[in-house]
Amino acid sequence: MDKFTTLTAIAAPLDIDNIDTDKIIPARFLKTIKRTGLGRNLFADMRYNPDGSEKADFILNREPYRHAEILVAGDNFGCGSSREHAPWALKDFGIRCVIATSFADIFYNNSFKNGVLPIALPEEACAKLRADAAMGENARLTVDLARQVVIRPNGEEIPFEIDPFRKHCLLNGLDDIGLTLEHASAIDAYEARMPSWLPKIQGA
Amino acid sequence: MAQTLFDKIWDAHVVDKTEDGTCVLYIDRHLVHEVTSPQAFEGLRMAGRKVRRVENTVAVVDHNVPTSPERLTEVNEPESALQIATLEQNVKEFGVTYFPMSDPRQGIVHVVGPEQGISLPGMTIVCGDSHTSTHGALGALAFGIGTSEVEHVLATQTLLQKPARNMLIRVEGKLPAGCSGKDIMLAVIGKIGTGGGTGHVIEFAGEAIRALDMAGRLTMCNMSIEAGARAGLIAPDETTFAYIKDRPFAPKGADFDRAVEYWHTLRSDAGAHYDKIVELRAEDIIPQVTWGTSPETVLPITGTVPDPAAEPDEARRGQMQRMLEYMGLEAGQQIAGTPVDVVFIGSCTNSRIEDLRAAATVAKGRRVAPSVRALVVPGSGLIKQQAEREGLAEIFTEAGFEWREAGCSMCLGMNPDKLTPGQRCASTSNRNFEGRQGPGGRTHLLSPAMAAAAAVTGRITDVREMI
Ligand code: SF4
Repeated sequence: MDKFTTLTAIAAPLDIDNIDTDKIIPARFLKTIKRTGLGRNLFADMRYNPDGSEKADFILNREPYRHAEILVAGDNFGCGSSREHAPWALKDFGIRCVIATSFADIFYNNSFKNGVLPIALPEEACAKLRADAAMGENARLTVDLARQVVIRPNGEEIPFEIDPFRKHCLLNGLDDIGLTLEHASAIDAYEARMPSWLPKIQGA
Repeated sequence: MAQTLFDKIWDAHVVDKTEDGTCVLYIDRHLVHEVTSPQAFEGLRMAGRKVRRVENTVAVVDHNVPTSPERLTEVNEPESALQIATLEQNVKEFGVTYFPMSDPRQGIVHVVGPEQGISLPGMTIVCGDSHTSTHGALGALAFGIGTSEVEHVLATQTLLQKPARNMLIRVEGKLPAGCSGKDIMLAVIGKIGTGGGTGHVIEFAGEAIRALDMAGRLTMCNMSIEAGARAGLIAPDETTFAYIKDRPFAPKGADFDRAVEYWHTLRSDAGAHYDKIVELRAEDIIPQVTWGTSPETVLPITGTVPDPAAEPDEARRGQMQRMLEYMGLEAGQQIAGTPVDVVFIGSCTNSRIEDLRAAATVAKGRRVAPSVRALVVPGSGLIKQQAEREGLAEIFTEAGFEWREAGCSMCLGMNPDKLTPGQRCASTSNRNFEGRQGPGGRTHLLSPAMAAAAAVTGRITDVREMI
């Protein structure tokens, strides 16, 4: 997994609540067997006209936001399906951090697995950051994961909460499966004491 | 200490704990489908890993499959065909049990698990699909995971997790005629909102829940995710045990008795702590229908579309306005009477035999309105066979419904069953997001009986007038 330490980048404002995973990456683009290449279709229905041309008023179609690496969104970001294609699409586009007042659980979880940092902040802080993100060329925020702060263009630091284990994994780019396999003997022991009536899925 | 049902299942599956409270949680059942698994198997292959417990794993195709009668011979869209072929290659290479399109057991993963007795009370069940919450109706802790976690479970049979918070939704009283589990659940989501359950596992309890058959319970737990919850749960009872008995992969004979003995312990203790409690009266519920593009935009069938002008919050007002424009509705209009172009009866929310019976009761002896295309898509090949034996298929086809093969179908725009831009659909599925059923499609969520009523009248209709 990619590490995430600090990031200073263009932030794009997306002041919409309940951005669901169908908006982030519509179902018709899930027919891939790869993790990459989805950035082109990120927010496809909001970003493109039916003829494939860009919608000029969509934020990520405008300069400098085409190069945004941070999104500042509304409430309940990432609700809907479990598709990891959502963080894959964000990441493939170049987004490494999403700031919102709240996130849907599965999306939140999936983001960490892909080196995308979701930051939940109170509405007041999000409103400030959205205003910062509206400043065009000056819409640059810094995210310092080690210190757990978002730094505004005016230097103000906004602290955020994060689970220490997830922080550790992200800072060091650790692979969960490797970590879990350190518990292999505990898993063996658990399996040895499973009830005997528990059926197996076999011999279909 | 008094424990909730969730706490009990959780504790029984903790393999190990790290210092900060993250648990290594054992997973009893891993259901796999073609959309969210290719990258996970690829990851295993690249790391030289195996599927740790093939006997805990089962795979099925559902999202991409066509539902036409000719689907075994016709040419599928190339990308869909590739995803299906990739799954078939993976299950072969890794030795996973698989139900292909040609197998009558094939169907929507969340219909197949309970139907086959693969999903059982007290288990931890995961799938790379958010509606895994469905299986919670059996008293199992069941939740959706992303593809990285699919790979994690394949490789380790565990997940790294922290416990969720507990939420109780109690529905007392008797549900009026013409209403179903779907109506209760839509009313719940309308009440608590799509973020209402975030971070929580919802346990449904109360007289009205106990009175539901398994289909109704599965519908409710299915849509827990639309309420933002990680999972839904219903304590197993005699209804549950009767449903499980004799299912192909369920325990048999003395094993079944031992299992039931254990399953009886799976209920929340008196005085167990819930972080949130919500109460509803079943008598207050009438048939529900959504008007907007979020499942929380719910109205009773007698209601009118809300007016954004009355919404004080500016951001919300803008969103309501946008929803009305997308949906092609006017503020203040009666929701009943809205003409529909398509009716979809299916999806992991409402494609079980009981759902088809409810729809057939309304369809019987009536005709689908001439302007409407109506589809009935059973949740599995076995349900299709059963419906044919019971004469339901005939009722539908005589009334002018299309009778199709099992799959996700028009629940999402990933297979040939799609809405075209601007089409309005009365749908028994679970999501009314923009473009969910096809780009530009307009979705109204409702129950199977309500969907059948819309099909025959050509309009969103109060089914209570027709039964
Ligand atoms: S029927 Fe719909 S919600 Fe259910 S698994 Fe298929 S696509 Fe997902």
